[in-house]
Amino acid sequence: MSEEQQVPIEPGLFTWPSPRPQLIGAKCPACGAVTFPRQGSCPNCTGEMAEHLLPTTGRLWTWTIQGFLPPKPPYAGPETPETFVPYGVGYIELEGEVKVEARLTENDPAKLEIGMPVEMVIVAFRTDADGREVLTFAFEPKGA
Amino acid sequence: MNSSDVAIIGIGIHPFGRSEGVTGLEQGAVAVRKALRDASLAWGDIEFAFGGSAAAGAADTMVSQLGLTGLQFINVSNGCATGGSALISTYNTIKAGAFDLGMAIGFDKHPRGAFAPDPASSGLGKWYGDTGLMLTTQFFGMKIQRYMHDFGISRSTLAKVAAKAFRNGSRNENAWRRKPMTEEEILSATMVSDPLTQYMFCSPAEGAVALVLCRADKAHEHTERPVFLRAATVRSRRYGSFEVFSPWLAVERGSSPSVDAAKAAFDAAGIGPDEIQVAQIQDTESGAEVMHMAECGLCADGDQEALIQQGATEIGGRLPINTDGGCLANGEPIGASGLRQVYENVLQLRGGAGERQVPGEPRVGFTHVYGAPGISACTVLTR
Repeated sequence: MSEEQQVPIEPGLFTWPSPRPQLIGAKCPACGAVTFPRQGSCPNCTGEMAEHLLPTTGRLWTWTIQGFLPPKPPYAGPETPETFVPYGVGYIELEGEVKVEARLTENDPAKLEIGMPVEMVIVAFRTDADGREVLTFAFEPKGA
Repeated sequence: MNSSDVAIIGIGIHPFGRSEGVTGLEQGAVAVRKALRDASLAWGDIEFAFGGSAAAGAADTMVSQLGLTGLQFINVSNGCATGGSALISTYNTIKAGAFDLGMAIGFDKHPRGAFAPDPASSGLGKWYGDTGLMLTTQFFGMKIQRYMHDFGISRSTLAKVAAKAFRNGSRNENAWRRKPMTEEEILSATMVSDPLTQYMFCSPAEGAVALVLCRADKAHEHTERPVFLRAATVRSRRYGSFEVFSPWLAVERGSSPSVDAAKAAFDAAGIGPDEIQVAQIQDTESGAEVMHMAECGLCADGDQEALIQQGATEIGGRLPINTDGGCLANGEPIGASGLRQVYENVLQLRGGAGERQVPGEPRVGFTHVYGAPGISACTVLTR
């Protein structure tokens, strides 16, 4: 699929197109706090933050499985109650910088463990009205 | 008692759960009339009120049902701490000496099913809701998942919390879910958000509570059984605390708003957590009750496993918690939930809780609510 047929779910969330997409956060030059997505002022020391690309690997800090179809809105996934498949969600600690919340590519509780290494991937989330693939970020167990 | 202390002299409740054909505002008015009757007062005696709901209308419009007396009536809106915020505002107004006698009112009426929040109103990008991350249920699942990993809490303990809630709810005529359930039924129910099953979660609901407060030195003019509000606190989140609707968290963990609100309440009251004889704490789900026990200072992290397995938090135990069935048995009408906890503690301290009365004539009670986006409200009550 060509790049024109794929669009990020929101501009400014992750670098795209890119051979190695990264989440776009912000870092405070004064205190070192890191946020995702990026924001202007530091939630820790109120200083001005600068854009900062986040590491793409980390460890699963906690997780759950979303067991029911979330209410729409706000959910904008393509599933119906009949087609819905539970999905994993977790917080991933990225190399000691920040923990980010993300969907997981794995939805089997037996295959998820706190502390396991994971890496970021870009995944197709749904198809928009123009037939383009809408992309979001997720994390998958390393070596999966 | 001096003139800046505050007493609760009347309490009223509209049953929680589902009340088809009755608006949230009407439920609020029912609670107000019951509280007035309890205090042997008329609406015309009330000098001021603070009230609120998250989804059932503007509280001050209920004056058209209660009486157009011209009183100062201020609406409050503060998410899950709406009731707690109405209470702290009422408390502070009396402490400041502005008025002597007022009411705190909370009510709500939510549709069935999970809450459907709007990302923009929480300062979040649309993508967060679009991609299925904006669910309070996920937050609670992930917070207790990590807590179980860190402090050795078992699934059996999560089930015991829910079983206690429904058992206590079965003794509460105003509760929604009044059918006791076994731990096995709770554990084998549909998994909502691992490790939490369907019956470990509370549901959005309906209900209303109203409280009449007055200067403590005038309390005995109105009632023989005043309960004194020794502290009412509200706190928001700090950097590093793990809160609902957070696309990111700091690596270093900070203390939660519950830790801060509880400590501030105990400090203001001059009463320690070890003196608490009955507590109502936020049990949005089973794990929340477990974690909030420690966050509020009622026990150390990890001690819950033994305490709950040994029955310490049962009505007859050393530290009875959620004696009215909590959110699990009452559901969560956001505006009313925090005031329900205070209502229950007043009943317990008066000795009027009937078949769910905590034995030993408790004198000191504690309440705690928690909600989005990381807010907590606590009270300390004595008689």
